[in-house]
Amino acid sequence: MIRDVSMVVDDHDADLPALLKGTGHLPELRVDPIGLLQRVRDECGDIGRFRLADKEVVMVSGAEANEAFFRAPDDVLDQAAAYPFMTPIFGKGVVFDASPEERQQMLKNQALRGDMMRGHAQTIEAEIRRMVADWGDEGEIDLLDFFAELTIYTTSSCLIGRPFREELDATFAQHYHELERGTDAIAYVDAYADIESFHVRDAAREKLVGLVQQIIDRRIARGTVPREERDLLDVLISIEMSADMVTGIFISMMFAGHHTSSGTASWAMIELLRHPEAMAEVVAELDGLYAPGDDGAAPEVSFQALREIPLLEAALKETLRLHPPLIILMRLVREEIEIAGELIPAGAVLAASPRVSNRIEEDFPDADEFRPERYLDDRQEDLAHRWTWIPFGAGRHRCVGNAFAMMQMKAIFSVILRDFTFEAAQPLDSYRDDCSKMVIQLEQPCRVRYRRRVRGA
Amino acid sequence: MRVIADLDLCQGHQLCLAEDPEVFAFDADADHVVIATAEVGEEHRSALTQAVKYCPAFALSLQEDR
Repeated sequence: MIRDVSMVVDDHDADLPALLKGTGHLPELRVDPIGLLQRVRDECGDIGRFRLADKEVVMVSGAEANEAFFRAPDDVLDQAAAYPFMTPIFGKGVVFDASPEERQQMLKNQALRGDMMRGHAQTIEAEIRRMVADWGDEGEIDLLDFFAELTIYTTSSCLIGRPFREELDATFAQHYHELERGTDAIAYVDAYADIESFHVRDAAREKLVGLVQQIIDRRIARGTVPREERDLLDVLISIEMSADMVTGIFISMMFAGHHTSSGTASWAMIELLRHPEAMAEVVAELDGLYAPGDDGAAPEVSFQALREIPLLEAALKETLRLHPPLIILMRLVREEIEIAGELIPAGAVLAASPRVSNRIEEDFPDADEFRPERYLDDRQEDLAHRWTWIPFGAGRHRCVGNAFAMMQMKAIFSVILRDFTFEAAQPLDSYRDDCSKMVIQLEQPCRVRYRRRVRGA
Repeated sequence: MRVIADLDLCQGHQLCLAEDPEVFAFDADADHVVIATAEVGEEHRSALTQAVKYCPAFALSLQEDR
């Protein structure tokens, strides 16, 4: 018997919009998704159920059930149909010939191949240096604004191409952010509901299409260029794809790598500021790694970011464990599946929660605490608990960009922590996520101060 | 020690091939790793530990001799 989780937010409350009346746990998912998901495990154990409008969602946690979830083949558990809030973002008219699995495979083969990482590392280092080029000796930044803009440049440059990236500025990042804000869970009832954030989302998408149209027009006016100067956009123009379609494809290519990387970089900074001893160790590690050798030459960031930086990596992994960018992963059940001793019928939604599994106390002692040492030496709790340490998911659909993401984080912190020191510009416990959308982002303000380091001091 | 690859998990990133080309090979048609030599000596330990740790699919593990 699968237990149903309790209701703590009344879905018939007089203040709820009509659309949300009687939708089960949907109103709670929109205000406190983490509370809901954690309660499923606390009340129901490894398998429990909640309801989003007419969808029964069965959530599993714990190593055994997670493994069955992540190992299930695509024809049993389907990724594609479980995220209705994404359709209006990629675009109603954008029909892909490829399944999400095939697209992920294409992305891996084209842009995320191991032999392309060195070039990506160089690109990312250059982008960070551009972002901090106009920083003075001291100042203040908003973490969300800063990292969201930086990761627009890095993902567009690495996944689409450098010429396309050179056409982008902060305006593109702003509209992209508005798209991400348009992921209200109300989409489980109506992805085109008459609400403010969906209007902003649709307007933002139109503006992005407009920007891409201008870029296309300039490319057409410019005429053809030698093969080595072309990027993916030139290829799509050559097959006469519309700006709307091109924009949808680019949005979808960048989506998985954008808010995820941006949020992780921000939270890593916050956790390091909250734990000065960990910050000091990481800074010392980087200073040591990048110290000039006997020949006076220091390793390049783009070289070192692809190699071991154990303490920084441990801090990043611990950040990912505590603040996984995606708190719930969902699949539509296509064929009946047995999981945790229960039969789940076709048509149900099956879910796993990185946020809940990553904090299972038996697997991760002091689960709510930031303890980077849990990855060091022989502990390696990420590998030891590979079915519950799941910030990147697990199994056959484990994020194909995870090596790219870790390299990017290592490059970012290699540059900024060697040239600057940071301090919180607001109380340390005031940094928090805004969980009101399915794409979780830092709540603003989330400001930090930087100060340029004086070498040799 | 023994190297084990879980082929249901391998995504064909091929990072392990760079860590230890003597132990790992690649089947391009099947798009997954091939363990060329499963039983390996101590001299491979450091490379294999890196391969296991950095496998983007968490598909590799080491089994110690008893």
